Amino acid sequence: MAATAESLERKDKLEGIGCARKRKEDPRFIQGQGLYVDDINLPGMVYGALVRSPHAHARIKSINKEKALALPGVLAVLTADDLKPLSLHWMPTLGSDVQAVLADEKVAFQLQEVAMVIAEERYIAADGVDLVEVEYEELPAIVDPHKSMDADAPIIREDLVGKDEVGHGKRLHDNHIFTWEAGDKDSTDAVFDKAEVTIKEEILNPRVHPCPLETCGCVGSFDKVKGQLTVYMTSQNPHLVRTVLAMLSGIPESKIRVVTNDIGGGFGNKVPVYPGYVVAIVASIVLGRPVKWIESRIENISTTGFARDYHGSAELAADNDGRIKALRFNVLADHGAFNSHVSATKWPAGLFSICTGSYDIATAYVKVDAVYTNKAPGGVAYRCSLRVTEAVYLIERMIDILAQKLDIDKAEIRKRNFIQADQFPYNTSLGWTVDSGNYEPALDKVLKAVDYAGLRKEQAEKRAKGELMGIGISTFTEIVGAGPTKACDILGIGLFDSCEIRVNPTGSAIARMGTQTQGQGHETTYAQIIATELGIPSEEIQVEEGDTDKAPYGAGTWGSRSTPVGGAAVAKAARKIRDKARKIAAHLLEVSEDDLEWDIDQFRVKGVPDQAKTMKEIAMAAYSNIPDGMENGLEAVDYYDPPNFTFPFGAYVCVVDIDPKTGEAKIRRFYALDDCGTRINDMIIEGQVHGGLTEALAVAMGQLIDFDEDGNLLGNSLMDYYLPTTVETPHWETDYTVTPSPHHPLGAKGVAESPHVGGIPCFSNAVIDALSHLGVTHVDMPHTAHRIWKKLHELGAN
Amino acid sequence: MSKTQVSFSLNGQAVEVMVEPRELLIHVMRDQLRQTGSHIGCETSHCGACTVDFNGESVKSCTLLAVQAQGAEVMTVEGLAVNGELHPLQQAFMDEHGLQCGYCTPGMLMRSYRFLLENPDPSEAEIRAGMSGNLCRCTGYQNIVKSIQKAAAAINASGRDEASTA
Repeated sequence: MAATAESLERKDKLEGIGCARKRKEDPRFIQGQGLYVDDINLPGMVYGALVRSPHAHARIKSINKEKALALPGVLAVLTADDLKPLSLHWMPTLGSDVQAVLADEKVAFQLQEVAMVIAEERYIAADGVDLVEVEYEELPAIVDPHKSMDADAPIIREDLVGKDEVGHGKRLHDNHIFTWEAGDKDSTDAVFDKAEVTIKEEILNPRVHPCPLETCGCVGSFDKVKGQLTVYMTSQNPHLVRTVLAMLSGIPESKIRVVTNDIGGGFGNKVPVYPGYVVAIVASIVLGRPVKWIESRIENISTTGFARDYHGSAELAADNDGRIKALRFNVLADHGAFNSHVSATKWPAGLFSICTGSYDIATAYVKVDAVYTNKAPGGVAYRCSLRVTEAVYLIERMIDILAQKLDIDKAEIRKRNFIQADQFPYNTSLGWTVDSGNYEPALDKVLKAVDYAGLRKEQAEKRAKGELMGIGISTFTEIVGAGPTKACDILGIGLFDSCEIRVNPTGSAIARMGTQTQGQGHETTYAQIIATELGIPSEEIQVEEGDTDKAPYGAGTWGSRSTPVGGAAVAKAARKIRDKARKIAAHLLEVSEDDLEWDIDQFRVKGVPDQAKTMKEIAMAAYSNIPDGMENGLEAVDYYDPPNFTFPFGAYVCVVDIDPKTGEAKIRRFYALDDCGTRINDMIIEGQVHGGLTEALAVAMGQLIDFDEDGNLLGNSLMDYYLPTTVETPHWETDYTVTPSPHHPLGAKGVAESPHVGGIPCFSNAVIDALSHLGVTHVDMPHTAHRIWKKLHELGAN
Repeated sequence: MSKTQVSFSLNGQAVEVMVEPRELLIHVMRDQLRQTGSHIGCETSHCGACTVDFNGESVKSCTLLAVQAQGAEVMTVEGLAVNGELHPLQQAFMDEHGLQCGYCTPGMLMRSYRFLLENPDPSEAEIRAGMSGNLCRCTGYQNIVKSIQKAAAAINASGRDEASTA
């Protein structure tokens, strides 16, 4: 029906999908009224602090608690021996392994948890930590994953000796975790054997840490009288945590409540269950008092979920025109001392097999071997879906290297290999069905916006003068929104997500979700979806998450799954309500349902526009005047199991100038075009893109978790670990195209991770492009001034 | 450990607390005085989530002993709104999407509050330099810079005398 001024005004009032609505979360944050975990203060609350190992690999000879227990204010010191009678000294990980909650006879990484001191005050707990005497016998440490499977390598996990698998198939060595393969090895090898051109490069995605500004922590509070456990904590997935706690503790899940309140950033770091949470909970059960445990920054960077550490050996086979014929990627994955890698059960290497990217590559084979080392466990997805950054980094670097080898322009070679718009849905050679995409127009739009031809001309002129300028391109495809439950589960629980909506008699609504915002603005955007679906103004819709007693079960927010899965559940739950509202409207208007049409915020009789019932009127009727045989009320819950992942994509260009004398790389320009399908809130999407690009800048240009040969961490505070400031962070230029997902109820895809995943190779490609005329095909991240300077020095170019 | 009495002004209110000489100002404000707006992000003065206004200067309260606050005028994010009226910076951060998770926001607001008193009409480069001691993991800073520009314009347009409230 034609839009009238009146109907447009009604629509605008809803602040629904497509409105750059201001955030509902902000008033509390700008007035210091957020409620983060360390803000929780319960009556009788005491504090826990962890004793940690100074060694990367050592046997524990003895632990003496006496001096600590003698300190006034210290209430208890818990070690593995205290947890053993409860069988809580080990816990399951999200990677089908087990992890020591407190070190059981030996430590396997530096700063591993050995004991917890619980005291009346924060400062006394820290004093107590200093008084716990632990005697160690040092063992040789393995730091380089390439040495993990040496014949004479020390065994890191003695608890696994004799076990020939840790959840993911046969192990080849005591320090081996799994081998995972996808694609067809023989046919890939055959294409490589006959190929006109082949290239090979060793490419590292180094160990980094997501480092949200708020560290991890919890308050465990056990009510002995009621037998109820309440845990306030920093978790991106409170429902999964509740289930893990029930499995671990034997407390009925109905008596466990996990509450998150506000979270100061997550970026994957707040997905796993960490030992500190478990010990704080046990301490609360033992002492009968609430126990708060909050990590320091050093503990956060050193011991909680790191990301990446993927050592890739990448190969492409192509013809002389740059058309890729086959891909072969082998990866050695360093998982640290316990396999706490966050992955769906069937995907031990996550979604790494998305590594064919945006390109039509008929034949491919990938293999990932994971090994133990004497480093912290983890393998979380740092602002990406599981192992997608690693995959995209390899393909986006390799296509640049192929272009260099064949002297083909780096934009042109992408166009020659793009999956074409008419090929979607496209089945990749590694088994994914990419639902939608339209890559070439996106790249063309960006090339035009930055005057790509002009940039290449300028680069040639600069090179003639000995100046270093690089142009990086990235045309990535992401896979997000885990995921179809037939393919994806964690600990056996399917990765669906959920929404419950209740419409009140007076027409306002409350929605509760299984997802968990950490700054993404769910309270704002989910309300917009409901506003459009139900015709209720956003301002009258309350969205709540993060209290497992209130919200329906869901797998939480990570892997850009909130909009693809949670957002779909919102739409479906709202549509169930609208279906019931239609029946009530038909009853009120005394017409058949088929005679009604939906118009923004009301059902009206077709052809009789003044015969209408607004959602507000219908809501009251749901509680007062319903048709015979109908139940009262107006609410619905939806558990959405997506039929597929969603596949957002983008085209990015980065321009970098490098000072040959210092090696400093200055980002002159960064232009990011993202296609996340239907856009719910432009303001929030743009904010997510800015943030993701800045985290990509951090990874590409400075972040590194590094160790010496004894497994000592070389830098684990913000003095050493790089977080970009306002000064290095450039001005971001953003753009978009819209290619809706054909299977998502709203056509939406995820977006927040794309700029991280697509941004990292774009920075690297720019830096390496600046050096490519000197014969450089690859240098590993991070591209710090010192490392670039060293490379230039090696080349005699400075 | 023996405790010392410390008296100072927090958001215009006189406060008296008994503290150990080693206690940090951020812990005393958050745990004893229950003003939890200022946050702890790093304990090493790098992230700025704990930034407060201290005798007319931006100070990171995670590396200041509470006893050093004796007689000081301390202002935190909780003191930024006056009589329920938001400070133009608070309004601008909301209008320009200058925050996401909100954890760095109190420090960002307190630093930009002092920065705009020091430099009421800053260029973008001056804002970026002036805010470089405060880290944000979510926003990429662009909208924080825009928020500060917008607040500066609003303050200058209204002629509101910030110095008198400082």
